[in-house]
Amino acid sequence: MREKLFRWESILVLLCVAVFAWGSASTPGFAEADNVSFLLLDYTEVALLALALLPIILTGQIDLSVASIIGFCSALTGVLWNAGMPFETIVPIVLVAGAVLGSLNAALIVRFGLPALAVTIGTLGLYRGLAYVVLGDGAVTGFPENYRPIAADNLGGTFLPYATLLVLIVGVLVAVVVHHTPVGRSLYAIGLGEQTARFSGIRVDRIKFTLYIVSGVLCAIASLIYTLRYNSARADNAYGMELIAVAAVLLGGVSIFGGRGTVFGVASALLLMAGLRNVLFLNDVTNEIQNVINGLLLIVSVLVPVVANLIRRRRNPAPAAEPGPPPQETLPDPVGATAAHGTPEEDQR
Amino acid sequence: MGAPEHPSAPLLELRNVSKSFQAVRALRGVSLALRAGEVHALAGENGAGKSTVVRVIGGEHQPDSGEVLLDGETVRFSSPREAQQRGVAVIHQEPIQFPDLSVAENVFMGRQPLRPGRRIDRRAMTRRAAEVFAQLGVPIDPVRQTRGLSIADQQIIEIAKALVADARIIVMDEPTAALSAVEAERLFRVARGLAERGAALLFISHRLDEMYALCDRVTVLRDGAFVTTERMADIDHDTLVRRMVGRSVEQLFPKRDTEAGEEVLVVDGLTRAGVYRDISFSVRKGEIVGLAGLVGSGRSEVVRAIFGVDERDAGSVTVNGEPLPAGRPRTAIERGVALVPEDRREQGLVLELSIERNASLARLHQVSPGGITRRSKESELAGTWGERLALKFGRLSDSVSTLSGGNQQKVVLGKWLATEPSVLIVDEPTRGIDIGAKVEVHALLSDLAAQGMAVLLISSELPEVLGMADRVLVMHEGRLTAELSRDEATEESVMYAATGNGRQGSAA
Amino acid sequence: MSRLREVLSGRELSIVLALVVVVAVTTAVNPSFLNAQGVHDLFLNASIIALLAIGQTLLVITRNIDLSVGSVMGLTAYLSGQMFIADQGTPTIVVVLAGMALGAACGAFNGALVAIAKVPALVVTLGTLYVFRGIDYGWASATGVHQINADQMSPSFLSFGSGSVLGIPHLTLIALVALVIAAYALHNWRSGRELYAIGSNPHAARLAGIPAGRRVFTAFVLSGALVGLAGVLHASYFGTINASVGTGKELAVVAAVVVGGVAIFGGSGTVLGAVLGALLLTTITGALPILGVPAFWQRAVDGAALLLAISLDRAVMLRLAERLRKERSLRRA
Repeated sequence: MREKLFRWESILVLLCVAVFAWGSASTPGFAEADNVSFLLLDYTEVALLALALLPIILTGQIDLSVASIIGFCSALTGVLWNAGMPFETIVPIVLVAGAVLGSLNAALIVRFGLPALAVTIGTLGLYRGLAYVVLGDGAVTGFPENYRPIAADNLGGTFLPYATLLVLIVGVLVAVVVHHTPVGRSLYAIGLGEQTARFSGIRVDRIKFTLYIVSGVLCAIASLIYTLRYNSARADNAYGMELIAVAAVLLGGVSIFGGRGTVFGVASALLLMAGLRNVLFLNDVTNEIQNVINGLLLIVSVLVPVVANLIRRRRNPAPAAEPGPPPQETLPDPVGATAAHGTPEEDQR
Repeated sequence: MGAPEHPSAPLLELRNVSKSFQAVRALRGVSLALRAGEVHALAGENGAGKSTVVRVIGGEHQPDSGEVLLDGETVRFSSPREAQQRGVAVIHQEPIQFPDLSVAENVFMGRQPLRPGRRIDRRAMTRRAAEVFAQLGVPIDPVRQTRGLSIADQQIIEIAKALVADARIIVMDEPTAALSAVEAERLFRVARGLAERGAALLFISHRLDEMYALCDRVTVLRDGAFVTTERMADIDHDTLVRRMVGRSVEQLFPKRDTEAGEEVLVVDGLTRAGVYRDISFSVRKGEIVGLAGLVGSGRSEVVRAIFGVDERDAGSVTVNGEPLPAGRPRTAIERGVALVPEDRREQGLVLELSIERNASLARLHQVSPGGITRRSKESELAGTWGERLALKFGRLSDSVSTLSGGNQQKVVLGKWLATEPSVLIVDEPTRGIDIGAKVEVHALLSDLAAQGMAVLLISSELPEVLGMADRVLVMHEGRLTAELSRDEATEESVMYAATGNGRQGSAA
Repeated sequence: MSRLREVLSGRELSIVLALVVVVAVTTAVNPSFLNAQGVHDLFLNASIIALLAIGQTLLVITRNIDLSVGSVMGLTAYLSGQMFIADQGTPTIVVVLAGMALGAACGAFNGALVAIAKVPALVVTLGTLYVFRGIDYGWASATGVHQINADQMSPSFLSFGSGSVLGIPHLTLIALVALVIAAYALHNWRSGRELYAIGSNPHAARLAGIPAGRRVFTAFVLSGALVGLAGVLHASYFGTINASVGTGKELAVVAAVVVGGVAIFGGSGTVLGAVLGALLLTTITGALPILGVPAFWQRAVDGAALLLAISLDRAVMLRLAERLRKERSLRRA
């Protein structure tokens, strides 16, 4: 299994190299420092969302509300700024708001035992709706000049934007936690066998709850960057960005069923997608076509391992374990569907 | 190879069937003849190839060589569906059904009676289902939802399915594992009825006494190879075991006498409404206490509540004098409690994770000095316990799903012993593992007790409880009904209490 | 009475009750809510969502989901506009059939990936949500036709969309016909019951020899055709089309289906419930402005209703479990 993942990540790295080589060769201006900065900056929010989603998907859950949290937090930023609140005060409020929205997801999913898919489809609509309630469909601009460089400028004299530095720091933190700590080990165990994790003394509920709160906070940070970067607070900011983030995570080799995937894979996928987007953008490929490509990338990223698996299994069928485990469910199962699969009788424990 | 004195021709026959999966030769030249009116036992240790035989007969696997004959003609089932259409029905240990649909729909799925216009005739469906249940002597309401039925009732539904499909060959794959004695007896009655009406039954069980009670002939497999087919009446218990194991089992229950020390685990007044109530007992240092009772009597629920994975309504638990809070498995582990759970695959192991990851799962902080998990410490831990428990494996980084049942159970035991518990609770520690591994587990439990561990042993196999326990607690419908000393505990006295016949005996 | 109870199970009955309450309260505040025009509009608006909900129910019952419905609807609506640009005299029936065919093709694409390639429906349809929408926009920018107005369509097409029989809008009639056919098939045909079986336990379905892949694929195609129909009806009713038609509809549809009592993890629920769910949500959305709730709240209604519905279901289930446990405890005592 490890070798297979390793191979998947190698493919991603090769694709990355190919895209960047192709971009440099075919597209004037691609390799210039300014453009590389722009390319990186352009994916700041997506990268933060993907880093928030990775641990959640590792546990076999999902959060589709991430982009709507950005929308709400952005709208909130706009309203507070309009009301004359200083930006220094707005930042902590928005971070808390992100945490609150995340914990509402968590409460419904973890405490109340509802399926994550259904809950976060619901909050995807609810949070976006609340964003409109807060701000209406107008835009707020004119954010303070002294803060905007944090979201838009580069680290003194380099091509590396501050925002990308932030993403790198978050990425390293997530990587350490996921791959080198007890919590990280627990994430994989939960994704592959939640009951066993519970029976091993892993505090499954607490971990899941925390993940959604962290996700909310990361979304809030992403919203601040987004708002400052475009100097525009709108209720429809980052509309549909959950798709790109989910696509990046899955393209990075993370299993939608949980328990498989690495931060390195997701990072490679992000770089690949950012590079591709930039090359296409420089070649005047429209946003609509980019969306088609993102959608296809998402499908292909899940299709490839499934097909590879099918081919392998056809070549050499699995040995019969005894007493046989129920064959791996190949029928699609909406993510998180198992969460609330309890029934009155089953819940008696 | 069948018993030549049997007059009727076999309904279904396997001739010299072989089947390999990659390098594993699951079946090597197995022959087996099932005759109408006969209940045929299939015996063998785990890994002997019983499940593969079931899958070949049921159409899930196709043999690499050899023949399957149905009514004397060679057949090749390409799918379970085809086998079903030719009159083969497989009844699994845990029936796989549609919980959202009604009982009648489960019975008739795919062959519902139709009215003109290809419309399902629900009334006829309900009526016929009721008829079948009446015929089986088991009253199940055909229109109720299947969700929530007991496993015993679900098996009856599977049998009803087989009847409705006019199945003539019925394979029962460990049907009694989760059944109480009463339910098992009901199943046997139904099975005999089926045989009398001309069906051929293949019966698989780990319990030899059941084979003697029910079956006419037995075929023994060992390591995928055919050993013998005999009339049940012609083969005694010890010979049968010897054929299965291939060597004599000197001592299945190597229990050492130990001196019980002070009380380690004290349970007082544990209650969960509707599940169990007022459970009080203690386990002392160096003692193995057996917890007996039928499946569903609340045994597993009690120990899960002690460990903290399940809630409890009232009562207290103390370990070495320290109270255990409710619902906190991690605290229980820290205070020295370990639980080897009932369901190895779902509760004991993460099958797709490696041996080393599984082994360290219950003590992650101990392989993570400074909060950073060290792979070297993980392998060290797994390596140590693998060696101590004589674990057979390829590499420590192999996923545990590649191990046999017995070796998987050793990983679970190692995982829990690594937490250095003072109380070890083992729930069905030898379910579904071969006899060799069983003996090893028994010896290990005996050694641990001798070294001063307090052991609480739950088992559905009475001989295991009687053979291993210093003291036996018996539960019936959520209550403790007896506490028997090693001398008082006999099959009769335990079953008497397990079926709800009041308190008797008194233990020290 | 028992017959009625059979048709209206507990869930459907409670939606009808909720509907009555919403209508009663709103009418009390503003009697014009219940006038002929108001009811007419309500049913019209609910009809399109209802068609989508019927299709979605077929999928959710089998433990699948289709998040691409809004995009498919947009694509087929845009197709009907383009057909009139090509030839304003195109017969209505041709447009309807073409829309359904395109919808079915989109459904077949989703279905093939789900049923044959075994990619989870959530992922497939989240992807095609953007793929189909992208094609829609791409088509618009490639042809330079960003908006198609009523005067470019055939009059018969427009009157088909806005017409009615005996006061019942055509759209509502079509939705009712679809409802009756789907409900009949799901209840009475083997293949209908098999959809429930697949969702209830996929493994058991395979053992029972149910051709799960084929059934799921068919469900996607049928659902796609219904979505295609909804897109065409949208075009004929509103008379104005751009590439953004149907954006975000997936949320409304999933909410309607879940509110209607279809279990998100498959195996249970009815199309009648889903349609009633669609009607209830449409009614609430229509009632909010009358009750003085700011218009922007409407955008939050579907999400909130979905969360409320699953939470209530869960609460009822937990209460039931608790009661069963207590009863058993008493019985034993």
